Amino acid sequence: MEYEPVIGLEIHVQLSTKSKMFCGCAADYQSAEPNTHVCPVCMALPGTLPVVNRQAVEDAMMIGLALNCQVASATKFDRKNYPYPDLMKGYQISQFDSPICITGWLDLQDENGEPVRVRINRVHMEEDVARLIHIAGPDGGPGHTLMDVNRAGTPLMEVVSEPDIRSAAQAEQYIETVQSIIRYLGVGTANMEEGSFRCDANVSVRPRGESKLGSKVEVKNMNRVKAVTRAIDYEVARQIKVIRDGGRIVQETRGWDDGQGATVPQRSKEEAHDYRYFPEPDIPPLKITSDMVQQVRSKLPELPAAKKARFQYQYGLSEYDSALLTSSRAMSDYFEAVGAAASGTSLDDRRAFAKETSNWLTGEMSRLLNEAQQDISSVRVKPAQMASLVETFRRRDLNNATAKAVFQEMYRTGQDPEVIIDAKGLTKVADTNSLGLVVEQVVSANKVAVADYVAGKETALRFLMGQVMKASRGQADPEITMRLLRERLEVLKASR
Amino acid sequence: MPPASTNGHHGDPTLLAAHEARGLLARREMSSVELTKAVLERITRLEPKLHSFLTITADLALKQAEEADRRLAGHGPAPTPLTGIPVQLKDNISTEGVPTTAGSKILAGYVPPFDATVVERLKTAGAVMVGKGNLDEFAMGSSNENSAYGPVHNPWDVTRVPGGSSGGPAAAVASGECFLSLGSDTGGSIRQPAALCGISGMKPTYGLVSRYGLIAFGSSLDQIGPLGRDVQDCADMLDVISGKDPRDGTSLDSPAGGFSAALKPGGVKGMRIGVPREYLVDGIEPGVRSAFQRALTELERQGASIGETSLPLSDHALTVYYIIAPSEASANLARFDGFKYGYSPKQARTAWETMDMARGNGFGPEVKRRILLGAYALSSGYYDAYYKKAQQVRTLIRAEFTEAFKRFDCLVTPTSPTVAFKLGARTDDPLAMYLSDVCTIPVNIAGLPGISVPCGLSDGMPVGLQFIGPQMGDATVLKAAYAYEQSTAWHKMRPAI
Repeated sequence: MEYEPVIGLEIHVQLSTKSKMFCGCAADYQSAEPNTHVCPVCMALPGTLPVVNRQAVEDAMMIGLALNCQVASATKFDRKNYPYPDLMKGYQISQFDSPICITGWLDLQDENGEPVRVRINRVHMEEDVARLIHIAGPDGGPGHTLMDVNRAGTPLMEVVSEPDIRSAAQAEQYIETVQSIIRYLGVGTANMEEGSFRCDANVSVRPRGESKLGSKVEVKNMNRVKAVTRAIDYEVARQIKVIRDGGRIVQETRGWDDGQGATVPQRSKEEAHDYRYFPEPDIPPLKITSDMVQQVRSKLPELPAAKKARFQYQYGLSEYDSALLTSSRAMSDYFEAVGAAASGTSLDDRRAFAKETSNWLTGEMSRLLNEAQQDISSVRVKPAQMASLVETFRRRDLNNATAKAVFQEMYRTGQDPEVIIDAKGLTKVADTNSLGLVVEQVVSANKVAVADYVAGKETALRFLMGQVMKASRGQADPEITMRLLRERLEVLKASR
Repeated sequence: MPPASTNGHHGDPTLLAAHEARGLLARREMSSVELTKAVLERITRLEPKLHSFLTITADLALKQAEEADRRLAGHGPAPTPLTGIPVQLKDNISTEGVPTTAGSKILAGYVPPFDATVVERLKTAGAVMVGKGNLDEFAMGSSNENSAYGPVHNPWDVTRVPGGSSGGPAAAVASGECFLSLGSDTGGSIRQPAALCGISGMKPTYGLVSRYGLIAFGSSLDQIGPLGRDVQDCADMLDVISGKDPRDGTSLDSPAGGFSAALKPGGVKGMRIGVPREYLVDGIEPGVRSAFQRALTELERQGASIGETSLPLSDHALTVYYIIAPSEASANLARFDGFKYGYSPKQARTAWETMDMARGNGFGPEVKRRILLGAYALSSGYYDAYYKKAQQVRTLIRAEFTEAFKRFDCLVTPTSPTVAFKLGARTDDPLAMYLSDVCTIPVNIAGLPGISVPCGLSDGMPVGLQFIGPQMGDATVLKAAYAYEQSTAWHKMRPAI
């Protein structure tokens, strides 16, 4: 029998609001000295009360709208009770049965390019816990634990999908799309390695064609996208094997062990917490008017999917290029800023320019950014400089290799391309007269190769081509060189 | 008028009402430092008998009194009605730099780094803080016998309880250890001890006074309020502490103050006053009943129209209360885990041991009982039958009051079915103890204002009369209670101690 994976994801997104969810402390816990962004409220001193951060509520609405959710007209907070030293109040303020956003969706493509719609169950608001740092004792003796309360009370959004994902690849796409939306909205950094974006997976399998859900296993502790896909693949295979061997899947929580490359049992259903949710009496229910929703909706930026479609029709770019360019808001903004700085006016001109720009950004630029682990928003090359380079290149004033060298210099120094070209004498030799001279010299200096060509050996052409490039110190335009060489050699061939 | 056991307090300024003492200060017949010293001396003399204080802040008080004297002499901001007046605070109200224990061992040694909003407001008004009042642990109790630091004794008869949970504040105000105190009232914890100690005590409308800094018991029920020698004093204090606080999301958008200005003698003339018959049935002591009946006669004599009414759902208020309050408490008390503040067991070897030992040794039996009750009511499979059902009944109780206030300006009931009982009399019977609050709990369930004022003696012990008003009808209950009080002399009684 063939089995089908059924996957739902729970994503925690840390918001980059200025202050924490329920107090005025600065929320950027990572850059601060431990236990400096704290106050009586987030330290849960007796008698303190939470006050809702309005910005976080707006951000949550915005995330919901971007995921095609409905914003609730009334929403409330609840207390989720469980004891743990990192949970300052002994309960987490979360949302249980009336989350701020419900029933949305996200459109993806499956492995065959077919559309897949992943429904979103809910988006809700909650607060993060303190950070515990366990210090091992000497020689395996008793260790101790340090606590950093900076993170306690920072705002979190939880995005819960329906079990509509059917493969690790779709899960990856879903995660990356959500990350991209969060970054587009500017409400979070959505970085899994930093912990500002966390993902748990509910995984089950069922015979293909079956509509009933199998028992699900919640997989936790994955801190990279790659870990999520590996964990899903492992867990799906494990569950299928258990069933094929005649066993049953029991509902439980398992943790991903990256080193072992396996999920390991954490908690059985019987050991699961009873969270004893009840409405948070310290925070009155929030009423959300349609005016408020409208206001947030009007602040929504163009989202990746819409921008990608626009890049295809407006610039005539391929779907692949458009997807690469719109994968981050900063990259797409950069791309359009380069276009705005260009001088082309006709539609064909602008499209050809856009295509060239796209090649540069998805090629050299992305390569260098990756190498330097840098983001386009901090790159030294200004869009206008990029536009100038692309134009120079398109005029064929530089050949490919030279243009790349110029760009690398621009990337390193932030200088204008003209300055670099002048300083190094790097203009491309495209002038047919001077090139013709070089060709003539090469032809007369390489009698054997010429004879080979004339005798029908096409490969000799490549050798002669190399000689021209060498003689021109790489600045000869390859296309023109090739044309001139061929013309010259054909003349010789014909006159034989 | 029945004989009050007045104690010739004209010679002793500590036994005056705060607004009377204010006259002495204003006329410079006495300085705040002198008044404060007199109060501190009285505290020293009476504390061995009463134990109404957990902390005495003599140095702070004298410093604040000096400051008040400068202010009364015309330097700095204009004096307020509380400038230079010695006050106490129940020890579940956070005070910066002054220990705040909530009557629990688990908070032994805890010194808050911040003031509750009400404390900030009292300081701004120039009040003089003489110390922190004893209470039932985490305000859970009706006799003050649940204090981890030992019980408070009733100044009218030290073999009896002062009521609870604001037993310390009530005993301190009644005995002259302070002029005013701030208490908290979750199910009657201001009004019942005020009644049992023969003073006035008010629970304002839920949300009128900020809860920021009040150590939470039942968050949807808790409300801070004044205890004083008479209604005028309570109104003066309410003027200072009431009003919107951005740090408390449940605080109401209400203008601060104005309560004292609304008081006038004869204010009940033409008022429609309802008497809910459910509050007068079983268990009411005859002496309480007759004092209550005389009070009705007095109100009628002043021109109020008294009418009987029925609030049948109030019978369920006690049940609802003992689901909602413990449920909220079970979460509110989860933060006391032995890691952050207060008692931390040094011998614990792991995090879990720390929690187990801190809570096991740090909480008293009544607190544990309520945490268990609450956790049970909230647990999966029971939530609908208990917590959710209780909230639904709560909505109905509220609606029933709203209906009643279409026909009446306010309601009157006895504050407590009995006068102060003997220490130890009910400690083995939690249910009998819980019944002490049967007349006051519905008011918290519905979030209404209620005030208790003295209305007589039974067996030589004070009896309290409760006025209940509609939501935001705080001025109405103060006005009615003031008019009643001004036509009687019960508020001038002082215990002979």
